[in-house]
Amino acid sequence: MPLLKVTIDNIEVEVEAGTTIMNAARIIGGKVVPPAMCYYSKLEGSGGKCRTCLVKVAQGSARDPRPMPKLVASCRTLVQDGMVVQNITSPEAMESRQAITEFLLINHPLDCPVCDQAGECHLQDLSYVHGLQETRTVEERRTFKPIDIGDKIKLNMNRCILCYRCVMVADQITEKRVHGVLGRGDHSEISTLIVKAVDNDFSGNMIDVCPVGALTDNTFRFKSRVWFAKPMDAHRKCSKCSGKVVLWMKGDELLRVTGRKDKYGEVGEFICNDCRFEQKEKNDWIIEGPRTIERHSVISQNHYEISPGESVRMIK
Amino acid sequence: MQTLTNRSVVASDKKMTILEWIYIPAIIKGMSITIRHFFRKKTTISYPEQKREFSKVYRGQHVLKRDDEGRERCTACGLCAVACPAEAITMKAAERKPGEEHLYREEKYAEIYEINMLRCIFCGDCEDACPKEAIFLTDRIVESQYKRKPFIYGKDILVEAMDLRIDISARQTEAVYQFKLDKRFAHNK
Repeated sequence: MPLLKVTIDNIEVEVEAGTTIMNAARIIGGKVVPPAMCYYSKLEGSGGKCRTCLVKVAQGSARDPRPMPKLVASCRTLVQDGMVVQNITSPEAMESRQAITEFLLINHPLDCPVCDQAGECHLQDLSYVHGLQETRTVEERRTFKPIDIGDKIKLNMNRCILCYRCVMVADQITEKRVHGVLGRGDHSEISTLIVKAVDNDFSGNMIDVCPVGALTDNTFRFKSRVWFAKPMDAHRKCSKCSGKVVLWMKGDELLRVTGRKDKYGEVGEFICNDCRFEQKEKNDWIIEGPRTIERHSVISQNHYEISPGESVRMIK
Repeated sequence: MQTLTNRSVVASDKKMTILEWIYIPAIIKGMSITIRHFFRKKTTISYPEQKREFSKVYRGQHVLKRDDEGRERCTACGLCAVACPAEAITMKAAERKPGEEHLYREEKYAEIYEINMLRCIFCGDCEDACPKEAIFLTDRIVESQYKRKPFIYGKDILVEAMDLRIDISARQTEAVYQFKLDKRFAHNK
């Protein structure tokens, strides 16, 4: 099958047919990758909901060079041969991203100082780059009480941006999903209908896929800010999952266990609840070594370690 | 050699005259300078009895403020600790229990909050980083101690008492507050 040539922000890349603009941009990497709040490459059918990844298509294809009339969601639009896409070079796309960020924050409580997700929150990163400095809305934000869904997962509905990732992860890796999005429009909320515990073996992955602090680990609740913990790659023999995890350590204390997230914040291999919640002793794990963290991440603050690639770039 | 100032004198080892050799004129000259200083205004003060007036924005001992209802403002977000260049601040957060709403403003609070005053360089970055207007530097000075241990100030020293509130209004005037809100300035980000 011939490769399709697509130009994203003046960078040409050749991709296979059936690739989305988002994934083509991810092949290029760097700043041209649109941010994604709902798209999750490991979850089938995700994407198209949050609209943060909107890009401008300046030329539809080589055969039909007309531009697309509206901004398109890059996570859902397939590339065509000769397509010209503008992401950071399009003022229109950047302006829309700012508006989308404002929309996502309409009901968001901005309680980052309290929230456990702060420091690894995608909404925080997004609003840091694209957010307005002040709030323009005066209306009451909708508020919910934080509830426990299952004994290990805390649901804080105030922070939810309705990305549906947690619903999809339950659909994909469990046989029977017990939570979902109830209500419509402004009234949508994630719930278990009648307070019912989510107690599947893999339910903890809802925490990892949540881009904001709506679903957080109850065993890690308020233990430490993420940037004071030191992430270590580790593994163990597990009958249910691959057992490959990241341990968040503080000295010899093991604060929490998460899946291994790549640079787009996506977990490659989902881990089971046994690994996530029950194995909280250092001796339960075989530690491979400290995890490489991007130098600009707040998690690398005060750790003084840089990845080999970074140091080479600094010398240059 | 080129000199840096015009006050430098080239040293020589020429033979001294008799007046120079007996040193008395030189001693008188030196002593007169010393004695003249006895009658000058003193530049020092005897500290514990006498205290200098401090600037209202002096960066001295920290205070953890309470709000007007007496609840602790600090929510243990850790931004002061991550902003601290000397890594003097450590904290441990805890969850507010039902019934403690009159003690802590947010659902999370600092159970332990410690500043190592031997490490602190009083730069005021913690105050700048604080999103909750909880920590401020004051015009008080950190007392000297004989041992190292008492320099680790815990919440018992840092949190202000409601009957002895510490005035930080000079540090937090409306103009300063508006300036801090304005995140257009690069150093405020």
